[in-house]
Amino acid sequence: MDEILEILSNNARVTPAEIAKMTGKSESSVKSAIKKYENNGTILAYKTVIDQDQLKGARPCVRALIEVSVSPQKKVGFEAVAERIYSFPEVVSCYLVSGAYDLLVVVEGENLQTVSNFVATKLSSLDQVRGTATHFLLKKYKEDGHILKKKDDDKRLNISY
Amino acid sequence: MKYQISQKVENLAPSGIRAFFDLVLGMKDVISLGVGEPDFMSPWHIREEAIHSLEQGFTSYTSNKGMPELRKEICRHMSHRFGVKYDFDEETLITVGVSEALDLVVRAILNPGDAVIIHQPCYVSYGPVVELAGGDPIVIQTRVEDGFKVTPEQIEKAYTKKTRAIMLNYPCNPTGASYTKAELNALCKVIKKLDLLVISDEVYDELTYDFDHTPISALPGMKERVIYMNGFSKSYAMTGFRIGWACGPKPIIDAMTKIHQYTMLCASITGQIAACEALKNGTKSVQEMKREYNRRRRFVVSGLNDLGLTCHMPQGAFYVFPSIKNTGMSSMDFAQNLLKEQKVALVPGVAFGHDCEGYVRISYASSYDNLKEALTRIGEFLK
Ligand SMILES: Cc1ncc(COP(=O)(O)O)c(C=O)c1O
Repeated sequence: MDEILEILSNNARVTPAEIAKMTGKSESSVKSAIKKYENNGTILAYKTVIDQDQLKGARPCVRALIEVSVSPQKKVGFEAVAERIYSFPEVVSCYLVSGAYDLLVVVEGENLQTVSNFVATKLSSLDQVRGTATHFLLKKYKEDGHILKKKDDDKRLNISY
Repeated sequence: MKYQISQKVENLAPSGIRAFFDLVLGMKDVISLGVGEPDFMSPWHIREEAIHSLEQGFTSYTSNKGMPELRKEICRHMSHRFGVKYDFDEETLITVGVSEALDLVVRAILNPGDAVIIHQPCYVSYGPVVELAGGDPIVIQTRVEDGFKVTPEQIEKAYTKKTRAIMLNYPCNPTGASYTKAELNALCKVIKKLDLLVISDEVYDELTYDFDHTPISALPGMKERVIYMNGFSKSYAMTGFRIGWACGPKPIIDAMTKIHQYTMLCASITGQIAACEALKNGTKSVQEMKREYNRRRRFVVSGLNDLGLTCHMPQGAFYVFPSIKNTGMSSMDFAQNLLKEQKVALVPGVAFGHDCEGYVRISYASSYDNLKEALTRIGEFLK
């Protein structure tokens, strides 16, 4: 991976000027590289990782992993049905997987009821969907490489040779 | 009661630095750029191997020289990475960090009155271990205009008939200076001519950024006169495991082992098992940490130069050694005032030798956010 992408994927708030210092490149070449990545779709978005458990008083929210078995269609295979599914705003992630089922769909909703309703009325009712199995998430420990826990304090002595 | 303290210990240069360290250690919410160890934790696969070994009941002594498996792994690494062949049984000793290896080697080779050339600025233990072993340290002061590197002329000038060895450390703590193969070749010519041993502390070898690291024992005709030292503290972020090693000519390794067996018995088995795992599967983690240090290195050097603290680009380790001469402060005053006014800790140059005034050591083994905040505070301090 290009070093600029490596830096941004760890911390999207580092500025082009700072990346330039870190990599020894010029600021303008860093800026144009980032522009290029944004334009060609390599960089899709910049986002903030939030530990939902820390949000006191926020609307409660549940997540479910749903295994979906589908019948692929002529010519378009899984693409068309996947698009039908991932276009719902309730769907947070959607993956085509190998194994006992076809699509792994992550759905988010306010409570168990809303998610169950979504599965029953929106997902299972699609013609190509042959079956679903829903797993509600109980606790998140790690997500996209981030351990969802406040970082431990530095255990080193403050000064040493 | 009046306690007698050995004359040798009494004579060790008292550390005025100690009081400053105590001040830092007693202070809360300090941003510290004064730490001489990685900010990364040991990679998980290494910690996991250590945990597993404890579960399995590996809690015994090992052979004095260290576990054969680890020594073999080290020799494989030396041969694979650098093309230097050492015998795992006769030419390799596992020690409690490079610290112990340094102490052992000078005790093994020196007679009273023998001299050892050291360079300053250098790691703080070099002078004291030589003195404790009954030797005389002869100091070469490296210069900023030479990139803080020892030059062949300086070695020739420092040499006396009593000189047995020269201690080298590259990449260097605190200056980050290192040597290219050509520069090492030039040093070796003089070293051979003067028939000196080389005690080579290469504990930061994996953290070399601008060229490939060459162990001095890899150069033609040098293996017989080099005691090579390395360890797991820095490259693998394993300071707390306390594992290092020495490779060198059999008679010297034998002598070091003799002292080691009476004074240390062996290095901890948990640490040795973890070290084995580090060598077997740690390359990727080392490279990741190195890339991160390298980015911070460029960032800090450029930030300090922008603040008017001129600073050469260090070639290795995780330290920069900027000049503070234009502030008019002594390095100790600079460090103390910066700590009091802005709560940023760093190590004053004098800690690394009497003549290292005018510089401070900044460690970039600290998160990017800390470095950024610290640079801002140093900027405030300089206003
Ligand atoms: C140059 C140098 N040598 C040796 C050591 C000690 O290393 P170890 O942890 O292997 O004893 C250090 C630690 O700071 C160092 O900087």
